[in-house]
Amino acid sequence: MHRGKGMKFVGDSRIRSYEKNRIPKDYSEYPGKTEAFWPNFLLKEWMIGAIFLVGYLILTVAHPSPLERQADPTDTGYIPLPDWYFLFMYQLLKYEFASGPFNVVGAIVMPGLAIGALMLVPFMDTTKERRPLKRPLPTAFMLLALCSMIYLTWESVVNHDWDAAKAQGEIVEEADVDTSDPGYEVYMNQSCVTCHGENFEGTPAGAPLVGTGHTAEEVKDIAVNGIAEDGQQLMPADAFQGSDEDLDKLAEFISGITNQK
Amino acid sequence: MLNRIYDWVDERLDITPIWRDIADHEVPEHVNPAHHFSAFIYCFGGLTFFVTVIQILSGMFLTMYYTPDIENAWKSVYYLQNEVAFGEIVRGMHHWGASLVIVMMFLHTLRVFFTGSYKKPRELNWIVGVLIFVVMLGLGFTGYLLPWDMKALFATKVGIEIAASVPFIGEWIKVLLAGDSVILGAQTLTRFFAIHVFFLPAALLALLAAHFIMIRRQGISGPL
Repeated sequence: MHRGKGMKFVGDSRIRSYEKNRIPKDYSEYPGKTEAFWPNFLLKEWMIGAIFLVGYLILTVAHPSPLERQADPTDTGYIPLPDWYFLFMYQLLKYEFASGPFNVVGAIVMPGLAIGALMLVPFMDTTKERRPLKRPLPTAFMLLALCSMIYLTWESVVNHDWDAAKAQGEIVEEADVDTSDPGYEVYMNQSCVTCHGENFEGTPAGAPLVGTGHTAEEVKDIAVNGIAEDGQQLMPADAFQGSDEDLDKLAEFISGITNQK
Repeated sequence: MLNRIYDWVDERLDITPIWRDIADHEVPEHVNPAHHFSAFIYCFGGLTFFVTVIQILSGMFLTMYYTPDIENAWKSVYYLQNEVAFGEIVRGMHHWGASLVIVMMFLHTLRVFFTGSYKKPRELNWIVGVLIFVVMLGLGFTGYLLPWDMKALFATKVGIEIAASVPFIGEWIKVLLAGDSVILGAQTLTRFFAIHVFFLPAALLALLAAHFIMIRRQGISGPL
């Protein structure tokens, strides 16, 4: 062994000595200014990495990652959406030739062909020519694939109801409620519960009552006179039918409903 | 001091050739953005690796809180997001990194394609690269389920149905992924967790090693 610092091994399982010189080839075959990878080039590359990292962190801080409410397998009305980079496939599966009886075409055959073709590119495009314009077929196919992916993604984005998607996944706040409160009894016996829900979560007919920020006085006023906004009656007047005593209890109770911690 | 430690190790393990293989090589002018600004397109692969490293690190920290169980998965993510110090940042980096890694990898693929760098002798490295792409998409797919929120569950249902529509072996793939031929539940979550955290990263690291060894062996492709 004559390599390195002239090390010696014990036994016969030593690494064989290399016949060829293992020093990597330099790039003298390319004219121009080559540079040592370590440390010169790596120091410059760190700068690009740092700029990239700044953008990355700004994105992270500006847009907290989304979290919808906990999965509920019984809620079959939920319309799912894959992550954005699968949207073009999601859109493809909506077309007639790729859905229903032809589902296997859109789900398996087309993606399979695409991945397979991509993998076999070096064996189909075997000329020595490397410039994109000098090998029009591979370039054209790739541009076609690229355009169709962009188009399909675009189509699926504009055809999706993003507001509905946001609403269907929103985390519903659970109310922190003392069911022994006399106001709770009033709430359940009056008509309130039919529109505002058993858990104060609200229904299409009534707003949620969790953490409304209304004082007891305001709740009293709303229960008797209703709410109007922009000339539209959101809650009818005289929804509450009962004694003033019950109204006091109800108002005190409703104004005290806060989020569960 | 450092030199003496290096010499001490080198005397016993002959590490100089290893070091030379990893770091002691030259970078040609045509891929160096310091010389030609347009050479920034050669940075996409390195940036993909950079994001991959961040994904591995942030993922390691996420598993310190995450619980792969249908009762607690969502709660643990909610806690991580809202209560843990910097939990929002760590989860945010993992979430956005998952998208960025796809973007950078896609750009890298296009760069290699349009510069014709996959041609002889680099065919094998191209194939390994496509396999890395597939593994990355698999990581994205399995990671989507883990927060166990509404979109996770129902999107995965669709994904599993697509996997089940593969001719002949579809049903088998479905049971392998979901753990059951009908239910998408506790078994599915633990399986996706195992695939996301152990199986695919192991495959990814092996493929990346092959990718990098081949690059070092063959060098970067020449100027157009």
